[in-house]
Amino acid sequence: MTTTSPATVAGAPTVAASTLDLAGVSRWYGNVVAVNDVSMRLGPGVTGLLGPNGAGKTTLLHMMAGFLAPSRGTVALDGEPTWRNPEVYRRLGLVSEREAVHTFLTAYEFVLASAKLHRLPDPKEAARRAIALVEMEDAQNRRIGTYSKGMRQRTRVAAALVHDPQVLLLDEPFNGMDPRQRLHMMELLHRLGGAGRTILFSSHILEEVEQVSGTVQVMVAGRLAASGDFRTIRRLMTNRPHVFAVRSADDRALAVALMAEPSVTGVELDRSGLTVRAGDYGAFTRALPRIALAKGIRVQQLVPEDESLESVFSYLVEA
Amino acid sequence: MSTVSWITARGLFGRRRFLMLFPLPVVLVLLAVLSRSLGVDPGAWGPPVLVGLGLAVVLPVVALIVGTGVLGAEIDDGTVVHILTKPLPRWQIVLPKLAVATGVTAVTVAVPIYVAGVLAHSVRLGLALVVAACLGALAYSALFLALSLVTRRPVLLGLVYVLIWEGLLGNFVSGTKVLSIQQYVIALADRLAPSGLLETTVSVPVAAVMTALFSVGFTVLAIDRLRSFSVAGETS
Repeated sequence: MTTTSPATVAGAPTVAASTLDLAGVSRWYGNVVAVNDVSMRLGPGVTGLLGPNGAGKTTLLHMMAGFLAPSRGTVALDGEPTWRNPEVYRRLGLVSEREAVHTFLTAYEFVLASAKLHRLPDPKEAARRAIALVEMEDAQNRRIGTYSKGMRQRTRVAAALVHDPQVLLLDEPFNGMDPRQRLHMMELLHRLGGAGRTILFSSHILEEVEQVSGTVQVMVAGRLAASGDFRTIRRLMTNRPHVFAVRSADDRALAVALMAEPSVTGVELDRSGLTVRAGDYGAFTRALPRIALAKGIRVQQLVPEDESLESVFSYLVEA
Repeated sequence: MSTVSWITARGLFGRRRFLMLFPLPVVLVLLAVLSRSLGVDPGAWGPPVLVGLGLAVVLPVVALIVGTGVLGAEIDDGTVVHILTKPLPRWQIVLPKLAVATGVTAVTVAVPIYVAGVLAHSVRLGLALVVAACLGALAYSALFLALSLVTRRPVLLGLVYVLIWEGLLGNFVSGTKVLSIQQYVIALADRLAPSGLLETTVSVPVAAVMTALFSVGFTVLAIDRLRSFSVAGETS
């Protein structure tokens, strides 16, 4: 039985921490700029790379992992470039988004092959430990082709962790996982980060990042829109102006009444109704029914406009 | 056996594409056995079966299927990333893959070409064909392995080389034969076992030097291209 405690990897005293440095990194494909002048420094702990789909997260991760040459700028792991430098993989692990595994191998064979390719002193033990870390012992002797998406993902994480890297990059690691697996993966990342490893994972889901990491890098349209402590950024996001479309029995009278409300920062009147800008989401949505009731105006419609993640992120760019 | 060659071999034999290797060699043996048992003059059936089918079709097509499969298939499905995220100098990835490709091609082609050579002429011709085909397998494999790193359509380009360059142009434009692996293989086999069945167009030194150049040149190219291997981003 392989009952190695997961803590043996994460809890082991770690070697010197690694830093990943990006300086003025851009990447373009023809006329399309995928990543635009991004600079960041990633140190020990878990960092979330947050951004809507198509923001350039994967391109950035690929450059960090040495799978894409920056068109401009440099990506360096502890001062060494990652591009055309396979030696960095001694300290770096990558879990790419694309679900590519050798389906004809079992999880154990797959992870063991990774351990052997890393020339680890005891590949079998390393493979067993990595598989235990992602809780895949029960299915480890079945062909990967028979696995669910979440199981494949965990197998890939085990393979990326087999050499106990100081830096682990994960592209959308929670995709396709059920809530339990998700929680387990989050705990794993927490533990790895807590043990002094540099962990970066990308996600387009705010809540995932919120639960795992204290620091975030927010990317929008190829640019680094915000970076730093998650709570600060979250506050920026919740305090941003919200836009509502309102239709009522008497738009003009309602507009006048709304302008007196402190949470409202602007009202626009046109034939289709009112466009109301509010500084505080909660205060405005509580105030509107009260005002309407007091003035005897029937509100027919209240629709928050443009609440998509993209618009939230692009607000950050302007902030 | 290195881990890279183990994964490569598992990948090669684990795919259905592998079954495509067998029909051609079987046809080659069947034709040779049939011609021999019907008492046809070897001078009449030898050249079309040994050269026309064996060296001009079976060898390059098998090499194409295998050579583009050892790395190209992994690039297509993305599994190559798992091997590339290891601290291995890239030659330690290319050489085992080249060895697997050459070995599988050589074994697949050597058996039928040996049988056909023996039936057509002599054991010596059979052995000569085996040796020449093995050298050809190496040169073709290096070429097709490199092709799978420089283009997204290695099979198509490989077919163009085999069918158009070697097959078609070789008949009309004699200059193209200097850059034809098929011609090197014929010249080398004929030098090892002169039989009168193989018509050579390039000299033996040219054949030997060019086979080595093809093998080494394309291997070096493949190693360099693998060093700069890029994963296409979602934006591309």
